[in-house]
Amino acid sequence: MLITVKLFATFRENRFKEARREYPPGTTVADVATELEIDHGLIGMIFIHGRAAELDRVLDEGDVLALFPLLGGG
Amino acid sequence: MPKVIRINMTDLSVRIDEAPEAWAGLGGRALTSTVVAAEVPPTCHPLGPNNKLVFAPGLLSGTAAGNAGRMSAGAKSPLTGTIKESNAGGTCGRMLGRLDIKAIIIEGQPASTETWYQIRISSEGAVIEPEAETVGMNNFAVLDSVARRYGEDKGVITIGSAGENLMLISNISTRDPEGKLRSFGRGGLGAVMGSKRVKFITIDQEGTRPVPLVDSAAFKAANMVFTKALKDHPVSGQGLPTYGTAVLVNILHEIGGLPTRNFTSGQCEHHDMISGEHMYDTIVARGGEPTHGCSLGCVIQCSQVYNDKDGKYLTSGFEYETIWAYGADCLIDNLDLIAECDNVMDDLGVDSIETPVMFGVAMEAGILKFGDGTEVLRMLREEIGKATPLGRILGAGTAMVGKTYGVARVPVVKGQAIPAYDPRSVKGIGVTYATTTQGADHTAGYAVATNVLNVGGKVDPLSNEGQVELSRNLQIATAAIDSTGLCLFIAFPALDIAECLPATVDMLNARFGTKLTMDDVVGLGKTVLKLEHEFNLAAGIGPEQDRLPEFFELEAIAPHNVKWDMEQKELETFWNF
Ligand code: SF4
Repeated sequence: MLITVKLFATFRENRFKEARREYPPGTTVADVATELEIDHGLIGMIFIHGRAAELDRVLDEGDVLALFPLLGGG
Repeated sequence: MPKVIRINMTDLSVRIDEAPEAWAGLGGRALTSTVVAAEVPPTCHPLGPNNKLVFAPGLLSGTAAGNAGRMSAGAKSPLTGTIKESNAGGTCGRMLGRLDIKAIIIEGQPASTETWYQIRISSEGAVIEPEAETVGMNNFAVLDSVARRYGEDKGVITIGSAGENLMLISNISTRDPEGKLRSFGRGGLGAVMGSKRVKFITIDQEGTRPVPLVDSAAFKAANMVFTKALKDHPVSGQGLPTYGTAVLVNILHEIGGLPTRNFTSGQCEHHDMISGEHMYDTIVARGGEPTHGCSLGCVIQCSQVYNDKDGKYLTSGFEYETIWAYGADCLIDNLDLIAECDNVMDDLGVDSIETPVMFGVAMEAGILKFGDGTEVLRMLREEIGKATPLGRILGAGTAMVGKTYGVARVPVVKGQAIPAYDPRSVKGIGVTYATTTQGADHTAGYAVATNVLNVGGKVDPLSNEGQVELSRNLQIATAAIDSTGLCLFIAFPALDIAECLPATVDMLNARFGTKLTMDDVVGLGKTVLKLEHEFNLAAGIGPEQDRLPEFFELEAIAPHNVKWDMEQKELETFWNF
């Protein structure tokens, strides 16, 4: 299935900003992070279609997944 | 003994008193709000002789505590009609701490509007003198003139032409360690200073000694714990120093909370062009500084120096809210133009939230086109800067432009512009906008942290559940932090790292020899909010104004198609504490 993965801030270093990638059915957010060699402990925010999700969430065809490190401002 | 300096602008006299015992535990916002609530008639005209402008360093100002370089300014606001506290970095807070000056209270008003004045404060006291040279000048020129006449090392508090012209969008500016500007941004405080005919204040710390500490070993130990927490937390230790606050652009876009085109969408197509990531790359490529402090002793360093294409200084302290407002709300897709607007706003002395949100409404009104950054720059310089009739309308702020041009979609609460987080998709911040004593202000209770950033737990931003309680707890904590002189960004580690907040209480105790507990500090926050609230009620600003503009209930926002749908009754429970 096709998933759009968006990366932000330091996660972009040596990776990409946005890519459409193929994953087998049943893939979780954690699997995607592992495949991209992103330390799970560094992940601060996970959004799927702009809504918060957890690492164990199973992805669906066409999902837009955004991964951010922990960030803030104000 | 700590001193209170009263500057009477009616008879041009100075009085220096010992600070009353009751003020011993107060600083920053707690003190400015206490003075305003006790001494300013709530029904007075904010630009008349009965309003007072109060400056107060925080309780930890002047010490070596990390991130303790903020100071507060307070008055009744001409923009909102409420009590107002606004804080800024710069060098003055620290100097006032060393001078042992607890507050500067500017009261009264000269009978004639012909003469402007300058005030100079030092260990000898204060002098008021007529000022001519800088009248009509904007802030950067004022800094140059003051440096030439009185020396580079003086703290400066000043207004630009907007404050002189009593515009509601005007702010008060202060010199930072590099000789650039920081602002007491919100609520039109520049007009209050202008109404007292004070062009600038200088602070001279010559001859002062380090702030005495009752227990310096305990202070050092607590400061180490505190500083370590600031460095260890990923937000204050890495995110803010690297990307500044602009990193929020992509986050808010992603979750559909980035108000775009005068609050008609929650996402902005060109978000990447105005993002913190793009800003960081640009700053590095042009030899600017991505990591920079607004005040001495800042450990987090969220500020930055942004250069133009030729590597020349364009602006500093380039904040998310400004970038959002011009970039997304006004649809200007060019970060260099936005940086130039930021610099011109600093120079004129206008609030970098109120002004661009006002332009968003002006664009909707058809005064200029969405996305036209060049015209914004012209209007800043030629209309607002020269106080033309159009410039005065624009300079009266978002609400007034909406009224003048018949716009119904006007994002304000109590007359003050709503900042960079859409309350329909980040409902916790909506509660803060509606209920804070200050008029719409995200910093008053930054629910975005817990709604979106997963700091201090998680509360679903799209649900109403738990938002009132979240906002209440944050507003109480914020009122306390704003009283210490500590920068609010210490809240990120404080919400997650258990030792962080107790370390600040330990520093207070070591500084003053007190035995405060965390409960006392929370109690201080509650007291401050309540006395501010009572002032507002007496000023005629009651619960019917603790609400968001109607369009948030009528118009659903993309991409989540959500409206503001919190019952007014639920909002009113905010004050149950
Ligand atoms: S973190 Fe930012 S706002 Fe706070 S003191 Fe440092 S530079 Fe100033």
